[in-house]
Amino acid sequence: MTPQFNRDAPVLEVRSLSKGFTMHHLGAQMAAFDDISFQLRAGEFLLLKGRNGAGKSTLLRALYRSYLPGGGEILFHSSHGVIDLARAADVDVSLLRKTEMGFVTQFLTARPRVSAEALVAEPLRLSGVAQEDALEQARHWLDAFGVKRTLWAAYPTTFSGGEQQKVNLARALILPQRLLLLDEPTASLDASARAALIDRLSELKSRGTAMVGVFHHPGDVAQLIDSEIDLTPDVKSLEERENVVV
Amino acid sequence: MTLTLDAPRFVETKPLLTARNLSKSYGDVQALRDVSATVYPGEVLGIVGESGSGKSTFLRCLNLEETPDAGSYSLDLPDVQGNLFDLDRYGRRMLCATRIGIVYQNPHLGLLMGHSSSGNVAERLLVAGERRFEVLRDKARNALDASEFPLDRMDAPPIELSGGMQQRVQLAKAIALEPALLLLDEPTTGLDVSVQALVLDTLKRLQQERRITMVIVSHDLGVIRTLSDRVMVMRRGAVVEEGLADQVFQDPQHSYTQQLVHAKL
Repeated sequence: MTPQFNRDAPVLEVRSLSKGFTMHHLGAQMAAFDDISFQLRAGEFLLLKGRNGAGKSTLLRALYRSYLPGGGEILFHSSHGVIDLARAADVDVSLLRKTEMGFVTQFLTARPRVSAEALVAEPLRLSGVAQEDALEQARHWLDAFGVKRTLWAAYPTTFSGGEQQKVNLARALILPQRLLLLDEPTASLDASARAALIDRLSELKSRGTAMVGVFHHPGDVAQLIDSEIDLTPDVKSLEERENVVV
Repeated sequence: MTLTLDAPRFVETKPLLTARNLSKSYGDVQALRDVSATVYPGEVLGIVGESGSGKSTFLRCLNLEETPDAGSYSLDLPDVQGNLFDLDRYGRRMLCATRIGIVYQNPHLGLLMGHSSSGNVAERLLVAGERRFEVLRDKARNALDASEFPLDRMDAPPIELSGGMQQRVQLAKAIALEPALLLLDEPTTGLDVSVQALVLDTLKRLQQERRITMVIVSHDLGVIRTLSDRVMVMRRGAVVEEGLADQVFQDPQHSYTQQLVHAKL
């Protein structure tokens, strides 16, 4: 069953976005990217390309407001209305991060004495889902990403890197969001976890989640990509692809 | 340099805490210069800065232990009106006993070290007017339990307890009356790393389960990063930068914040 959503509805309109860093101890300015514009609609997947240092991850972080944009606009069409994330009040950004925009990295921020299932259930609980229901869904996703049942109640601080990464993905993708930012989530994943990730992303996409992603091996997600931007200076152009996912 | 952010548009609740333009001098030393802060219900505001930056003075003002030379402070609560610095001693004492909890770095400031731990927690309830022994003991027990204090030691005086346990007694006392605002002044400084992690975990748990609004002061960036939604950076009595916790730590704007973040091991 696929819930209906309007495929033409814009989710993100980025206009002339720029970001640089002032390094006070060097008395220097470093430009990261400049004059980036693109549009993203519901269920659309945008791949950010470019050589190392081109600003791919920086752009993702600027969209999430972990980095403060230098100029331009990030118009996010949220359920509350349209807001410019480049200038939105911190509390509004906090609110949207809880329910409407997610950021997926390959790293888990484990906390002492918090079990894997509780950690995965947390985003649901914070969005208002009851404890038991949230835990049940958490176990489903731990299973889907191939985390062994015996580890669900254990503390991920002691897990191997690979297991931590699976817990992290389960946590990051448990709550369907309007906008998902992906920072190389497939790096060093084993084949079955990667397949689970692609499945979950396709499912979220078909339910209307818009995605912007950076992937070391874009081949991993080839079937999801609708459009690409190359951030390498002078290559800056937006190529439209055939929409391959129905 | 930095672009100014818009006023909140989607968050519909009013801030719980509003402090405006607090200034305070001790002789020639200006401890606070025009410090303002707003904290929304359920939010955790972290304040970082080196020793002498004014962060603890600011927290003592929020606990009504200090009165600034200028500035106003209000809490958006039923029956609480106006500038809280205008309250007399009795008014301040009642407000602090019932609505504001505080945990100090030094447990001697918050606890009677020779009295029983449960008695220390119950004292807070007594101030608020509770006189029934059974209720006092029950509530003290619940608060100690929520702070993850081992209940078989609830009658031991803090002086016989470890540093981590003393902080749990302070925390129990602070939350016994389910305060609207919890103030934390270097709550884990001086504790072993492992004990520190446990106390932090307790705080995080309490914050998530009870949605307590918190203001936490620490020079330990790890502590602030773990607990805070938003961060305010103070230096020489003034706020030099504030923003979302991840933004301040990943993309610090002010030269002092950059120094601070880069000095972290």
